[in-house]
Amino acid sequence: MTFEVILQLFDSSLRLATPFLLACLAGLFSERAGIFDIGLEGKMLAGAFCAAAMAAISGSAWIGLMAGMGISVLLSALHGLASITLRGNQLISGVAINFLASGLTVLVGQNLFRLGGQTPQLKGNARFSEITLPFADTLRDVPLIGPVYHDLISGHNILVYIGLAAVPLTWWVLFRTRFGLRLRAVGENPGAVDTAGVSVVRLRYEAVILCGILCGIAGAYLSLGTSAAGFVREMSAGKGFIALAALIFAKWQPLNALYACLLFGFLEAIGTKYQNVDVWGLFILPVQFMQALPYILTVVILAGFVGKAIPPKAGGQPYVKEE
Amino acid sequence: MNEQAHGWIRLIIIPLINLVLAFFVSGLVVLMIGENPFRALQILLTGALGSSYGIGYTLYYATSFTFTGLAVAIAFHASLFNIGGEGQAGVAGIGVAVVCLSVVGNTHWVLVFPLAICGAGLAGAAWAAIPAYLQATRGSHVVITTIMFNFIASALLVYLLVNVLKVEGSMSPESRKFGETARLPFMHDIMGGIGIPLARTPLNLSFLLALVCTVLTWVLIWRTRLGYEIRAFGQSESAAVYAGISPVRITMAAMLLSGGMAGMMALNTVMGEANRLVLDAVQGAGFVGIAVALIGRSHPVGVLLAAILFGMLYQGGAELAFEMPAISREMIVVIQALVILFTGALENLVRFPVEGLLRRFERRAR
Repeated sequence: MTFEVILQLFDSSLRLATPFLLACLAGLFSERAGIFDIGLEGKMLAGAFCAAAMAAISGSAWIGLMAGMGISVLLSALHGLASITLRGNQLISGVAINFLASGLTVLVGQNLFRLGGQTPQLKGNARFSEITLPFADTLRDVPLIGPVYHDLISGHNILVYIGLAAVPLTWWVLFRTRFGLRLRAVGENPGAVDTAGVSVVRLRYEAVILCGILCGIAGAYLSLGTSAAGFVREMSAGKGFIALAALIFAKWQPLNALYACLLFGFLEAIGTKYQNVDVWGLFILPVQFMQALPYILTVVILAGFVGKAIPPKAGGQPYVKEE
Repeated sequence: MNEQAHGWIRLIIIPLINLVLAFFVSGLVVLMIGENPFRALQILLTGALGSSYGIGYTLYYATSFTFTGLAVAIAFHASLFNIGGEGQAGVAGIGVAVVCLSVVGNTHWVLVFPLAICGAGLAGAAWAAIPAYLQATRGSHVVITTIMFNFIASALLVYLLVNVLKVEGSMSPESRKFGETARLPFMHDIMGGIGIPLARTPLNLSFLLALVCTVLTWVLIWRTRLGYEIRAFGQSESAAVYAGISPVRITMAAMLLSGGMAGMMALNTVMGEANRLVLDAVQGAGFVGIAVALIGRSHPVGVLLAAILFGMLYQGGAELAFEMPAISREMIVVIQALVILFTGALENLVRFPVEGLLRRFERRAR
């Protein structure tokens, strides 16, 4: 393996990790506030579709991004209505949202564009194009740092950088602001938050809306920021669940989420580049094993044999105010 | 207003209103697409029930959904949400295939069927075993682990079909055909044999097995000691523990039974219809089971009726997509989502106001 190949692998890992990362941070806000969200997948898919549809109609990727965030927030609000206001089962609500997105995207897409559920190919400003960071070309020939900066760090679209910036931002919001403190408290002990005179319902709604916004960006990345250049049916392809896995893997910590998503992105990058991996001539790891590895790792982590993952204490339980 | 009437309202009326709401919103979606919802409903009903062909397909789908619905229902009674029916049924398909591929020559299906039932049940239960064990002893949330196991199962299935079971020289990831004598008899063959002509459909003997399993599930839940323990555990874990019921044992038992039941559906698709192992033998039936169990209120009879309802949706929906090209097959997924949403997640949308109303009536009666 040459330096160039490794750089290439890392580069595609970063690209593949971005949707995981955005969706994972989305789930982090929601679950930290005590609202389980297995509907990340559906929100991402709906976001990807609306982003591509609006970008195709308006010709602007930014309007597309707004639309993607909009639909995702709408679905989040529905999840909030079901699980916060109506105190329904959060898991069932998530399942419903996944199916709703899976069906409606194709149904509406087929009616709008008549392309078998796809959107038209997006070109020019309707996509997020790659950004060359300052000095990337001038520094290119500097040994080691040059290629790393030019090939790995520079040359991604804006959403990749938004995803990376969201990590410290999430950390700061959660651990350095009053809002974040309350948000974490509401996921651990909503009764205490309520006693302190802070509205549990309002905080939880704020958390799921934040989740919706980030999921929408993740979806828009899929359709506007990758080589797909448009919406393809079922294009989220389980990425929302990998994000969920990464969230558990990261033990609900923002910085760990970055590492977990990069790891899962790396596994996918290896899987797509090499298909079957020959391990020192001893045995061959089939590509399907690489695809299943994130899920296997998550189960191992959940089992608690290697550092137990403990979810927020009040997660999944609707809050009933004492009368 | 007495207690019994309350029970009826809770058990029948509220779910029915929820279901009507779900279909009402589905009608709005059809309207939004620019088609007439009443004509769509008419096409759907005729497609599903208007001919022996339609009914055959409806019941064929309903067979799969009954198994997966019962699977979700059994786990629900223990207050466990088994979202892994899809993976369990997929792995059960491997179990069925192993049995059917290893029997020699012209073994008659009467001999193969019991073995295949064991194969499907054991494989399905085995796939539920690890999530069940982790839930019972390590507290790992069974919903998350079963989701993960769905993905692992699909990777395993692809691997086996591409690398192990694929027929040499063939491009499609399928196993070789099972022996023709081992194939489960079709209903049209059975009924034709006694002089009742039916259209050719994939409806097969496993439909009867689904009916038997419905009865057995009822017996299990309401007429056995284990069923009582499962329900007690589902109602209140701490009370069950106080009564000497072991949470580990009940969690394992409920999940293994659930996985085994989900596995039964592989008999319908793998041994009944395709007569070989194909990649998409489950086709989302594992997830339909969630909707079916929710509508059926986890009662075996309710599950059976809900499974037939979804069978109608699948068969009628296919006809609908043919007659009204604007309404593609994804409409079924949307209806399914709305049903899960209204009867599951938004259940209280109807229940809160109805119960408030009941309370007001009671006060006035006093």
